[in-house]
Amino acid sequence: MIRLTLRQFRTQAWIAAAALAAIATTFLVTRPPLSNMYSASGIAACQASNDCGRLAASFIIQVRADAAYPVLYAAGVLIMFLVPAIIGMFWGAPLIARELEDRTYRLAWTQSVTRTRWLAVKLGLLGLAAMAITGLFSLIITWWASPLDRAATLGSPILANRMMPLLFAGHGIVPIGYAAFAFALGATAGALIGRTVPAMAVTIVIFAAVQLIMPNFVRPHLIPAAHTTVAVSAGDANWVAVGNGLLITGKAAIPGAWIFSESGHVYTGPAIQILKTCYNGPTSTPACGSAFASLHAQMLLAYQPASRYWPLQAYETAITLALALALAGICFWKIRRRLG
Amino acid sequence: MNIIQTIGLGKAYGRTWALRDCTLAIPEGHVVGLVGPNGAGKTTLLGLATGLLAPTCGTITVLGERPAAGSAQLAQVGFVAQDTSVYARMTVADHLRLGAWLNPGWDGELARRRIGELGLDPKQRAGSLSGGQRAQLALTLAMAKRPGLLILDEPVASLDPLARREFLRGLMETVAERGLSVVLSSHLIGDLERVCDYLIVLVASRVRIAGEVSELLAAHRRLSGPRRDLRTLPAGQEVVEESHTDRQTVLLIRTGEPVNDPAWTVTPVSLEDLVLAYMSQANDTPARRSPLGVAS
Amino acid sequence: MIEFQLDETSGVATYLQLAQQVHQALRMGMLEPGDRLPTAQQVVAKLAINPNTVHKAYRELEREGLVRARPGLGTFVARVPSGPDPATQTRFLTAITDWLRSARAAGLGPDDIEAIYRTAFRNCFAEGVA
Repeated sequence: MIRLTLRQFRTQAWIAAAALAAIATTFLVTRPPLSNMYSASGIAACQASNDCGRLAASFIIQVRADAAYPVLYAAGVLIMFLVPAIIGMFWGAPLIARELEDRTYRLAWTQSVTRTRWLAVKLGLLGLAAMAITGLFSLIITWWASPLDRAATLGSPILANRMMPLLFAGHGIVPIGYAAFAFALGATAGALIGRTVPAMAVTIVIFAAVQLIMPNFVRPHLIPAAHTTVAVSAGDANWVAVGNGLLITGKAAIPGAWIFSESGHVYTGPAIQILKTCYNGPTSTPACGSAFASLHAQMLLAYQPASRYWPLQAYETAITLALALALAGICFWKIRRRLG
Repeated sequence: MNIIQTIGLGKAYGRTWALRDCTLAIPEGHVVGLVGPNGAGKTTLLGLATGLLAPTCGTITVLGERPAAGSAQLAQVGFVAQDTSVYARMTVADHLRLGAWLNPGWDGELARRRIGELGLDPKQRAGSLSGGQRAQLALTLAMAKRPGLLILDEPVASLDPLARREFLRGLMETVAERGLSVVLSSHLIGDLERVCDYLIVLVASRVRIAGEVSELLAAHRRLSGPRRDLRTLPAGQEVVEESHTDRQTVLLIRTGEPVNDPAWTVTPVSLEDLVLAYMSQANDTPARRSPLGVAS
Repeated sequence: MIEFQLDETSGVATYLQLAQQVHQALRMGMLEPGDRLPTAQQVVAKLAINPNTVHKAYRELEREGLVRARPGLGTFVARVPSGPDPATQTRFLTAITDWLRSARAAGLGPDDIEAIYRTAFRNCFAEGVA
């Protein structure tokens, strides 16, 4: 059964190997200059956080000077989103759907192998292969991007850091969980729908939906958020009228953290009447400045600190793996109850 | 032992019954012909026997066990599906490897020899084989796993007469060699007449008649004679098919005893006529028969 | 070795056709005691029929005492059926060939000849019909 699975999987395996080789070559070849710039920047040795922030910012500006690097960085993240999606559509969806569509199940399920074993080997072997190859892709891309990720974690406001929604699932071990999930999703869609192309469509749609739901609704709560209150500086202040008061917010920066909720307060009182006339903000006139200062305006932040990167990665990977197993269970149930 | 035994077997899709009230006890060592028009339920019955379908009601055992109950039971049953299912992009040799990998009882020597005798190119993709060659490949795969029972669903329907004869020849040679049981379905009795010694007629999802061919032929007669009322027939004679002109009555009856009435000319019935009679009986509803038994 | 033929349109059961052909071969002297009949496999390879049919034919012949099955070796002719010897057979064969020739010369076609023959045959063996 193992040999049959590998034989049927030959084309996909070759394509995956070729893609991996191409990606590995590209990123391996472009890494040395990056490493050199990083060692020259002194970030590795920095101790005080102010210093590190400044060094990180200048390192990143230097990297950005070469147009290729931001593109490669973004491409790396994009690849890590695409690899699970492609696995779901091209490894998962056809797995069962093609056998049903071409009616070759009538040959496959009348040999001396039970349906359960047939499915178990296919899902298990290819699921592990999906995780392994995604792991390799992620290893290369995360390793390549590590100087930039380290710099961003130290607090550069120019580059989004790896905790942020778009980037979190692009590095680390989380893509491995998503690969398993997408594969199981594709296989289950194929088993339930019975046709390959519709199963591929359903897979990509649901996968995309999950990629939107996770950062917005699940990830913020995987570990209870940290809270902190920061003062709103005059230079960053913004306000909107709410009732007869003003809702004042500002810019928040916590190095390397993912701030997913900022709440300002509504302030009322005489100072507000003054501020309402300050069309260029608190710095327009000295009167505006002192009116603003008298408020001691603050914001409440809910965030995940940089130190929680690996725990969050672990939890999210565990969730996606659990979803993958649940989907696999549905696959087994459907196959055993075949056929309509 | 019975190779296939069913009790009240039925399969429904939603509210449509593809098969119902199916009770059969098929003895081993026979070549069983399953005959019926398209849509009668033959594929459904064979699907239930191979475990590809699950019953809605009733039971079925194949070689004493529930179909597809485990790998030992699966190894005992070979299946050739309608419009033979092979992997179009895999070569003939790949299919033989598939057989070897998935069947502990695989006889690789037999498979290779048969492929050679059939003149199939091992490197050719199965999708580019002709219909007859695909059927022979599928049959080779089913035979080489050394099953005790071979089930074939309309294996010759899309074959030309020569390919048909070759297919049946190969099948019968294996039966002669190894004494395995075979169940063959077709919508044409002509395909099966040469090879079956047990017959099941399936029409409109019900079994109409089942039994050994020699016994069935011995139990049926064609009677022709002057026009008469069917109520005058003796009790042991069951009318299967009737036709009347204003002067003559021709009946096909089923009976256990010899017909002694001198008014009848009695002739034997061919297998084809027998099958056709039961098929048309299934199409007649009681409303179409008037008391004098005139077929409308 | 005898080569079997099958006439699908004759309405006669296959096993009976095989048995009849053995009978005829024996009468004509083409098979002699000690000759081996083809195995079921050999017959099936030629005719693509059910091997049980061959077994049934051979069992029937064995019941009549004409052949004997020797396990592992095959089925062998035991004796010639009692009945007319080849000389008598030839005499009647000649007589009927002459009759057919004169019927044709008189202008009878094959269908006429067959109808006459069947009527005469039926009249002769009438008691046997059920």
